Amino acid sequence: MMDSPRTAVSNPPVQPMETNLTQKDLIRRSATSELPPPERQLTPVAKLIDVSKCIGCKACQSACVEWNDTNPEIGENVGSYVNPHDLTEDMFTLMRFTEWVNPETDNLEWLIRKDGCMHCADPGCLKACPAPGAIVQYSNGIVDFIHENCIGCGYCIKGCPFNIPRISKVDHTAYKCTLCSDRVAVGQGPACAKACPTQAIVFGTKEDMKKHADDRITDLKSRGYANAGLYDPPGVGGTHVMYVLHHNDKPHIYSDLPDHPKISGVVQTWKGVTKYTGLAAMGLVAVGAVLHGIFGRANRVQPEDEANAERLVDSAETRGRTPDDPG
Amino acid sequence: MTNSWTDIKNTDLVVVMGGNAAEAHPCGFKWVTEAKANRGARLIVVDPRYTRTASVSDLYAPIRQGTDIAFLNGVMRYCIDNDKVQWEYVKAFTNASYLVKDGFGYKDGLFTGYDAEKRDYDRSTWDYVIGDDGFVVTDPTLQNPRCVWNLLKEHLAPYTPDMVERICGTPKDKFLKVAGMISECSSPTKTMTSMYALGWTQHSKGSQNIRGMAMLQLILGNIGVRGGGMNALRGHSNIQGLTDLGLMSHLLTGYLTMPTEKEVDFATYMSTRQFKPLRPGQTSYWQNYKKFMVSFQKAMWGDAARADNDWAFNYLSKLDVPSYDVLRVFELMYDGKVNGYICQGFNPLLAFPNRAKNTKALSNLKWLVTLDPLDTETSRFWENHGDFNPVDTASIQTEVFQLPTTCFAEDDGSLTNSGRWLQWHWAGGTPPGEAKHDTYTIAQLFLRLRDLYRKEGGAFPDPIVNLSWEYADPNNPTPEELAKEINGRALSDLTDPADPTKVLVAAGKQVTNFSQLRDDGSTMCGCWIYSGNFNEQGNNMARRDNHDPDDTGAYLGWTFAWPLNRRTLYNRASADLQGKPWDPSRKLLEWDGSKWTGYDVPDIAPTAKPDEVGPFIMNQEGTARLFARGLMRDGPFPAHMEPFESPVANVFNPKMRGNPVARVFETDVAQLGTSDEFPYAGTSYRLTEHFHFWTKHNRVNSALQPEFFVEISEELAKEKNIDNGGWVRVWSKRGEVKAKAMVTKRIRPLTCDGKTVHIVGVPLHWGFTGSAKKGFGPNSLAAFVGDANIETPESKAFLVNIEPSTAPKDRGASA
Amino acid sequence: MNMELSRRGFLKLAGTGVAATSLGAMGFGEAEAAEIAHVRPFKLTTTTETRNTCPYCSVACGIIMYSKGDLRKGETADIVHIEGDADHPTNRGTLCPKGAALKDFVKSPTRLQYPMHRKPGSDKFERISWEDAFDRIARLMKDDRDANFVATNAAGVPVNRWTTVGLLAASATTNETAWATFKFAKALGMVGFDNQARV
Repeated sequence: MMDSPRTAVSNPPVQPMETNLTQKDLIRRSATSELPPPERQLTPVAKLIDVSKCIGCKACQSACVEWNDTNPEIGENVGSYVNPHDLTEDMFTLMRFTEWVNPETDNLEWLIRKDGCMHCADPGCLKACPAPGAIVQYSNGIVDFIHENCIGCGYCIKGCPFNIPRISKVDHTAYKCTLCSDRVAVGQGPACAKACPTQAIVFGTKEDMKKHADDRITDLKSRGYANAGLYDPPGVGGTHVMYVLHHNDKPHIYSDLPDHPKISGVVQTWKGVTKYTGLAAMGLVAVGAVLHGIFGRANRVQPEDEANAERLVDSAETRGRTPDDPG
Repeated sequence: MTNSWTDIKNTDLVVVMGGNAAEAHPCGFKWVTEAKANRGARLIVVDPRYTRTASVSDLYAPIRQGTDIAFLNGVMRYCIDNDKVQWEYVKAFTNASYLVKDGFGYKDGLFTGYDAEKRDYDRSTWDYVIGDDGFVVTDPTLQNPRCVWNLLKEHLAPYTPDMVERICGTPKDKFLKVAGMISECSSPTKTMTSMYALGWTQHSKGSQNIRGMAMLQLILGNIGVRGGGMNALRGHSNIQGLTDLGLMSHLLTGYLTMPTEKEVDFATYMSTRQFKPLRPGQTSYWQNYKKFMVSFQKAMWGDAARADNDWAFNYLSKLDVPSYDVLRVFELMYDGKVNGYICQGFNPLLAFPNRAKNTKALSNLKWLVTLDPLDTETSRFWENHGDFNPVDTASIQTEVFQLPTTCFAEDDGSLTNSGRWLQWHWAGGTPPGEAKHDTYTIAQLFLRLRDLYRKEGGAFPDPIVNLSWEYADPNNPTPEELAKEINGRALSDLTDPADPTKVLVAAGKQVTNFSQLRDDGSTMCGCWIYSGNFNEQGNNMARRDNHDPDDTGAYLGWTFAWPLNRRTLYNRASADLQGKPWDPSRKLLEWDGSKWTGYDVPDIAPTAKPDEVGPFIMNQEGTARLFARGLMRDGPFPAHMEPFESPVANVFNPKMRGNPVARVFETDVAQLGTSDEFPYAGTSYRLTEHFHFWTKHNRVNSALQPEFFVEISEELAKEKNIDNGGWVRVWSKRGEVKAKAMVTKRIRPLTCDGKTVHIVGVPLHWGFTGSAKKGFGPNSLAAFVGDANIETPESKAFLVNIEPSTAPKDRGASA
Repeated sequence: MNMELSRRGFLKLAGTGVAATSLGAMGFGEAEAAEIAHVRPFKLTTTTETRNTCPYCSVACGIIMYSKGDLRKGETADIVHIEGDADHPTNRGTLCPKGAALKDFVKSPTRLQYPMHRKPGSDKFERISWEDAFDRIARLMKDDRDANFVATNAAGVPVNRWTTVGLLAASATTNETAWATFKFAKALGMVGFDNQARV
């Protein structure tokens, strides 16, 4: 039996391959309390993004669009290098640019961070999700959305400490980076990591990635970055997408990367009936109306259902973004 | 590139100046990050803008565009003053000790011999003292005041750190840091690489920018070594190949040159191409010129090129001007002196400076043919697109043919990369619609013309009806057939001169490489420097052995590099006069007592003794030239010259404008602006999200950088009340653009000669076709003036003004 | 998946929930998901690989093109994906944002498919056959060359210059195409013959 891939630097197979990620590899499933234990433990994988090696070329965005066959909008220039201006259902990863003058050296630093799903070990999206099986977590650490099961409610966005998932206006389900689960399932690494020209994005086992990060941090310290470090935040149980930051003492300077991300206490504790209360507490007042509509007319979709669902989703989508990204 | 992309990993210091490798060549830049990560190499970026290359640098220093020579001269002066010179290398491998003729000098920004009327120098004093033995007189002690080294020191003297700051706007402390780091690479065990591109070439003194760095690299002993070199990062996938193959007005293949009118016959032509060695025992490889030239003529005209007709020398055009380069041709077109034009995969409407002039020039054509896989602005120059192409369609009488071609994915063949690797590729897709390979289209036009000349006669049909066109299907020559022609073959049995009974190459067989070419008509070869690409061993460009013994980065089994599969040029200079590598940990070659051995194909005769034969075998000297004699029109040493449009006067000679010998057409003189009217220093560049005008046709790249913009500092934005993301109008003496404003900390005002200089950055990827938003390019603004030696337009430095504005008319997606 | 399918699945589930439980976790309870966990089918399976190099900058990264159909078997080949060749010494499988999107250059909606012709003064292109285009262009070239060719200079030296028609060669055609183009242009005596290197 094949285990997790060790690198993204390989040429994909063209012969038929058995998929290595199935129902049997799940360790978590949304809105499901009784999940049989996985039949095996895959070696946890991780993507490591070394911000200090990143040249902001957006090859990751390009490779992501091509691999996932998405169709991001051709927008306008609004005085920013961030294009599209936010993550969308068609843009699972995004380079965010911050012009930061280091107060200690008075030198300009152009901080460029690849934003996208962090594949949290303790995934807030999954915990917030009310739709059974719409969000799953495999034993290798990948958090994936099963679109057929998604109801487009947008709770995953509320539950995500990094504000990552986006709801498609077209099919009304949530989208985000899959860590190229389809590639990983046949022994390949994510498309972005393979493409990355400077290999600022690397992929392998989480253990190997941490070792690699150590080497990078040593190099950065030799270049005067005393606070260089690994971003693998414990508040979400660690992540399967990690950053090497030159200024790990202040992650927020990198386009509002949370300093101490954690799942909302409400999401963390809600179980059974409390989930309803929890959703209300999170400010999703529309949820009652949506559910009411569904329960009242179980076999038909009414225009107000659509409207309610849209409202819910819109409220999630219009949350504030970084100052560098006027949206 | 003297070295290869993969060799960059061997360096200790990368200097990116005159380029922006991380954005324009991201996967080549990978090797910079490798050197940083694995060798602890440092990266310096010197650029008017804080680029994405600068974002991963160890040291960034700003510079005003067009002042690189002052900066580089300042660094050379710093190295010499601080005794940071690789002395053994300089003394043995350069012309530092050669004596220069009395009379040569430099004053007030000009070298001796300047004629303001002709805008040219009399270069007769720019040469060596030749002794009675016919060789250059030298002073190995470097004591003679007339030796190159002392003249160089004198020339560099004014370029103090203060002077650098005054001209370039680079703060003195930053300059000194850069110079200090560079100077450390004078150690034989420390190497610096120079990565540059159009940031250095697109100036009226572009060639001298590059010379400046080449000289610095020689002083540091960094040419010919691993991790060193002068690395020109070519802009397009086969711009190297097209230059090597001589698709230029003044060239033939393999850097053989077109004859001029003065060269009335083949003997006269050859008389200026004898390349007699200037020092005893030197190779001067161009002495083989005639072999390559005769073999070339045989490749062109086969049996019609014979000894008794000067090898069909008269079939070649003879130039009456240095070249009919693109600027000259568009000037002629503008004057109504060109009737027809063929653009093969080229978009001059957006590529050449002064777009308004280009539009007028194209409108004067009777007919235009374009061959391209994509829609282009040039093929639609007659189409009105509101503000984006405000032409009067009905008044344009040009007949246009837009012919669809295949793209890379649909053809076989080789491309030559920046590191001189000829890499074969294979077709994998069916062409769309009726798109055809260029070779088919060229063959169709040629065969029709040949038929017409056979039937009707006409003006000098000989070179056309006699052109060698021996392909299995003349309608469609195959890439393999053409590649074999480039390699060359024996036309009769080639016998060993020492033993005439021994046949080295049988008639009809491919030659192994150019060393087998002859000047008696017994061989043919399309392009001598490529010879070896497709010989009897097969298609060497298709080799795919990616082994790299001892991780040197050479990859000798991967495809084919010209010349002779050599990966690092001048590699003999990686070893000292005893033939020992300067840095044993970075050995390339070593003298084993009888021959050169090592990781690369030696760039010298394998048995040439290390203490006798110099490494620079293409030069008559055998050494590299710190003093370029009369080989460059604008000086044997690089001297500071301002751009034609500059915000400040030349501090050495305020009356001097631009390069004093650069060609400027009369109509363009009137279109040069001054800083009173146009106070800001404009520059042009690529962005990493796009490739030229191609990727705006690509939905993905269009999404990543959708719309044209210009970049300005926060200070200028404040002064002019310009909002980030708001519309601005930028105009020069020649035209205007409307753009979104990107207000950034990455561009800062500079202080030059006491004056504040604001920079306006204008990227180049937009037009009125494709899927991105319609936009303009910097060529609407830039001046129609070229480099004094090779006529590359000065697109990197021009003057503009800027003001807040409204959106242009007929905006929206192109398509 | 379209919205209709998605919504149906959701409603089916919701109905089950109401029937089986009371308020029960807002309708989902322990209900099984409609779809078991799965990843997207691997899209390169049974495609044909072809080695090529990127046509953009001079790094010349190795790429692999994946097609439905195999040209070498005489089939029509439709390129469905392109990515970096991990065996290539220079790029090691990586690609920049341009190279990573090469498929959408090959399949750009503005790829030209047919020869087009614009008559003098016209505001549009019209289709023309290849044969007609070749015949017409060759005629235009011949007539101009015959009329304007400079055979000798004032001193009677043969100079063989044709200055009234020029050719700009490409920057991304193969060396083999370049050589064929070179022969064509220089044999005709076209002196206004240049390429992108100058610019």
